[in-house]
Amino acid sequence: MMKTIIEVNQLKKDFYVGDITVHALRGVNLQISEGEFVAIMGTSGSGKSTMLNILGCLDKPTSGTYFLDGISMGELSKNELAALRNIKLGFVFQSYNLLSRTSALENVELPLFYNSKIKSKERRERAEAALEAVGLADRMHHMPNQLSGGQQQRVAIARSLVNDPVVILADEATGNLDTRTSYEIMALLQDLNQKGKTIAFVTHEADIAKFMTRQVIFRDGHIIREEKVPNRSNAVELIKALPTEELV
Amino acid sequence: MNYLNSIKIAFNALKRNKFRAFLTMLGIIIGVASVIVMLAIGQGSKKSIQDQMAGMGTNLIFAMPGSEQKGGVRMGNSDAQSMKLSDVEAIQRDCPAISDVSPEVRSSGQAVVGNQNWPTSIFGVNNNYFSIRKYTIGSGRSFTSTEIDTYAKVCLVGQTVVNNLFGKTNPIGQTIRFGKIPLLIIGVLGIKGENGWGQDQDDLLMAPYTTVQKRILAITHVQSIAASAVSESLNAAAIEQISKSLRNSHKLKDGTEDDFQVRSQSEMVQTFSSISDIMTALLGAISGISLLVGGIGIMNIMYVSVTERTREIGLRLSVGGRGNDILLQFLIESILLSVLGGIIGISLGVVATQLMASLMNWPVVITTVSVVMAFLVCSAIGIFFGWYPARKAASLNPIDALRYE
Ligand SMILES: Nc1ncnc2c1ncn2[C@@H]1O[C@H](COP(=O)(O)OP(=O)(O)O)[C@@H](O)[C@H]1O
Ligand SMILES: [Mg+2]
Repeated sequence: MMKTIIEVNQLKKDFYVGDITVHALRGVNLQISEGEFVAIMGTSGSGKSTMLNILGCLDKPTSGTYFLDGISMGELSKNELAALRNIKLGFVFQSYNLLSRTSALENVELPLFYNSKIKSKERRERAEAALEAVGLADRMHHMPNQLSGGQQQRVAIARSLVNDPVVILADEATGNLDTRTSYEIMALLQDLNQKGKTIAFVTHEADIAKFMTRQVIFRDGHIIREEKVPNRSNAVELIKALPTEELV
Repeated sequence: MNYLNSIKIAFNALKRNKFRAFLTMLGIIIGVASVIVMLAIGQGSKKSIQDQMAGMGTNLIFAMPGSEQKGGVRMGNSDAQSMKLSDVEAIQRDCPAISDVSPEVRSSGQAVVGNQNWPTSIFGVNNNYFSIRKYTIGSGRSFTSTEIDTYAKVCLVGQTVVNNLFGKTNPIGQTIRFGKIPLLIIGVLGIKGENGWGQDQDDLLMAPYTTVQKRILAITHVQSIAASAVSESLNAAAIEQISKSLRNSHKLKDGTEDDFQVRSQSEMVQTFSSISDIMTALLGAISGISLLVGGIGIMNIMYVSVTERTREIGLRLSVGGRGNDILLQFLIESILLSVLGGIIGISLGVVATQLMASLMNWPVVITTVSVVMAFLVCSAIGIFFGWYPARKAASLNPIDALRYE
């Protein structure tokens, strides 16, 4: 039995918009174990992002409990949550969220700036290693606007890796990318997962979800189904199978 | 999070927006430069007034008829006829703190030589007057006591009068008419230049006071008394002694007001210094306002930049930045902006001041105090005006900041 990284029980989240209460999560139970690569699926508005934001300690649930790596999130202060995000979590966003006019290397260094235990030499080395791991060793000093969408997302992944988190949380990380680039990103994530990283990945695309080990399907703030992915796709092979680009 | 990291982060953030950073600093740069320049002008004029007045003699003391008004000063009340030659003699006799004393009677009118004339003043004085007022005899001689006793028609002339009425010819031995009285020129005064008010001190004639009293003004009193204290430190004692002597001579009872006033040159120096202090403060205040406007400019830009960079703040929070880290970053950004602006402003102000000094010949003094003060004010502005936007940035919720459009 693998160690449990994430455990939520009866998680509820309400939003209040004027007089209306939106029940975004209506009592969710979920466990994610070390080494899993979980797809959080569902139609738009089903509560996937809300769930991921709570898992990422960016938002607080209205009720319910959440244990991350054995720590109960309910009782932590704002600063303690920030420290936890800094040490235990990595985020990948749909829109990359890189600092503009800041080199890839400096973008990747960012989380380590907020960890006073890490000196500048180690910070630099770890950022370089993370960029090498995502295959951007030759683009370290490029600015975001000198990189393609796929490369920018790789930088973002390197940034999520650099603090060696217990789990990487990604929200529609391939949402802005074309099929081939999406597959390349998935190949990278599969590789990281292979090496032991736990990943929770929000997507509404079935073909993307097939790269993962387990699917959790949301509807209306509930998990309606959970299942192992039966015939898991291998991204590297699928890329090879893609038709070579044709000029139209 | 250590401070060094905060400074690095803030510095990098500014580097990414160099032009905006420069525009933000512009207000501070101009504000600080103008503070430096204004204070330099103020201090400079103060110093030049002090220097020039010192050149007129800091142990110079005047006694004039007329009582001192409460609050205000009434000077040179020449209608009052209370001062007599006997007062001068009494002062000479009674006041050990006084080295020299001279009566003074003045009249203005036309000086005429041949068909040339020139409007000027004649001063009736005794021989002590030259050393009291720091006049020298350029050529010729001063009066003899016989000449004073006999109201002799002799005079000394200032260089301005010489220039205007004699040109290059030697005036000594020639006759000059003042009013209707022909006076024999026995000497020329050494050049003294302008005084602190820009008055030409060489535009005058000096004659024995008896001559001016009897022949020109037809009076028996003296208009004022000029004296010099033994040293500047004895000014106060000298004023005291003169007052006492005059009260005595004028037979004033205890409790009655003086019918004269005694002032020292150094007192006037102080008065003028304090006037230019007020002027300096005023100039400083005006340029201080522009500094304030510069500070508000920084606040504006920081405030806009918090809104504009909400997603950046969200990202920083999401990777583990705490509210305080964000606060510190924005605070340091605004401090860096204002301090950097301050340094540039100080340099600019110093250069502008030097330029003014050398091109326009203005008296300027840059004091360390004004430079240090400008610098401190800049840092204070950075903290003060950076605080509110920084506070706002720090209070953002991570998810709200990330979602901000
Ligand atoms: N900040 C918010 N304020 C109000 N309603 C929200 C907010 N965030 C999400 N919601 C609502 O919660 C529900 C779930 O949203 P979300 O988790 O973003 O869906 P998904 O990511 O699955 O598309 C939606 O109905 C959405 O309108
Ligand atoms: Mg979503």
